[in-house]
Amino acid sequence: MARITAGIGCSHVPAIGVAMDLGNTHEPYWQPVFEGFKKSREWQKENNPDVIFMVYNDHCTAFDASCIPTFALGCAADFQPADEGFGPRPVPVVKNHQKMASHIAQSLILDEFDITIMNEMEVDHGLTVPLSVMYGEIPQDGAWPALVIPLCVNVVQYPAPTGNRCYNLGKAIGKAIKSYDEDLKVHIYGTGGMSHQLQYKRAGLINPEWDKDFLDRLTSDPVGLSQMPHIEYLREAGSEGVEMVMWHVMRGALNDDITEVRRFYHVPASNTAVGHIIFENHA
Amino acid sequence: MEKEYEDIPGTLVFDADRSREGYHLNQFCISLRLRVNRDKFHQDEEAYLNAYPMSPEQREAVLKREWNRLLELGGNIYYTSKLAANDGINFQNLAGIMTGMGREDYRKMMLDGGRPIKGNRYKSEWGKE
Repeated sequence: MARITAGIGCSHVPAIGVAMDLGNTHEPYWQPVFEGFKKSREWQKENNPDVIFMVYNDHCTAFDASCIPTFALGCAADFQPADEGFGPRPVPVVKNHQKMASHIAQSLILDEFDITIMNEMEVDHGLTVPLSVMYGEIPQDGAWPALVIPLCVNVVQYPAPTGNRCYNLGKAIGKAIKSYDEDLKVHIYGTGGMSHQLQYKRAGLINPEWDKDFLDRLTSDPVGLSQMPHIEYLREAGSEGVEMVMWHVMRGALNDDITEVRRFYHVPASNTAVGHIIFENHA
Repeated sequence: MEKEYEDIPGTLVFDADRSREGYHLNQFCISLRLRVNRDKFHQDEEAYLNAYPMSPEQREAVLKREWNRLLELGGNIYYTSKLAANDGINFQNLAGIMTGMGREDYRKMMLDGGRPIKGNRYKSEWGKE
């Protein structure tokens, strides 16, 4: 049977991808960011999964305003990196474990999570930046070292799904993965955040105390943390900080018994606080 | 209906009301994601905008690149950033414009740890915006 061996939380700041694509990672501005991910990349190499379940959000790239699904599961055979306004990122096409994705879709719907099924979808930096962060530079004609099942969450139009809903969806995803009849190692990612506001006059907001508390409680009190109301994300972590609800999906898919093996926090990357955490999951 | 998230200074939460108001504006912005459309827009901005039935105010804000006004009129930052990208303005420099700080001062604020939360939680802390 498939096993979830780790959960990873990771910001998906587009500028991190740009820095890698342009070869600027050794510049003084970026050096601390990539130094911080160095150990995570070593860990990733030692623990590489067969499949990554990637919880992320689309930034008005694959979805325009005409269709806003709260949860959309990628069931296509592969996903092309999208042009987000300045050409697609020069990274490999993302390949799905299509049969497992279909199994998860069925299992979730029967578990009463009415998700949208995407049989064609391009993916933006929300999905490719966490892969780049964990795997380093991979040429466009190369291949990502794992298959990827994308789950896209609406965090653009208020309201995003609640933390509670995300946490419970994570539980259902965990159940679906564990019931898949193939011996596969799976990692689940929660991406986005941490505190940041990209828009209007309060842009640039960063709240390191809030971010640290979030990481602490994600480890020690995930159920309590999942009850946080939206207004607290918006006010304390910035209007785009509400992306953090996606980390609850990841945490919900893990067991209660986990070990935090890695944590990294850095301000700034562009407009954003970079947060990162790795949990090893115990059966 | 009262919205508690309206009591955050310098912040416009993109909810269904804003989404309705900004629909055609946002659909115009996302069209610029693709090179073929960017090329058409460059040729004749006014003609390109005719395909999108937005309000005269929205249209003017697009042509004048009034970035905050675009958000006040129902634009969402992930959409308006596509227009910014078309103009060669990245997210950080766009934030520098929207905050009124300018590119260099904004970048410096971020390097110094960003805008602190203290004094930036409630509208009453800002006075008149």
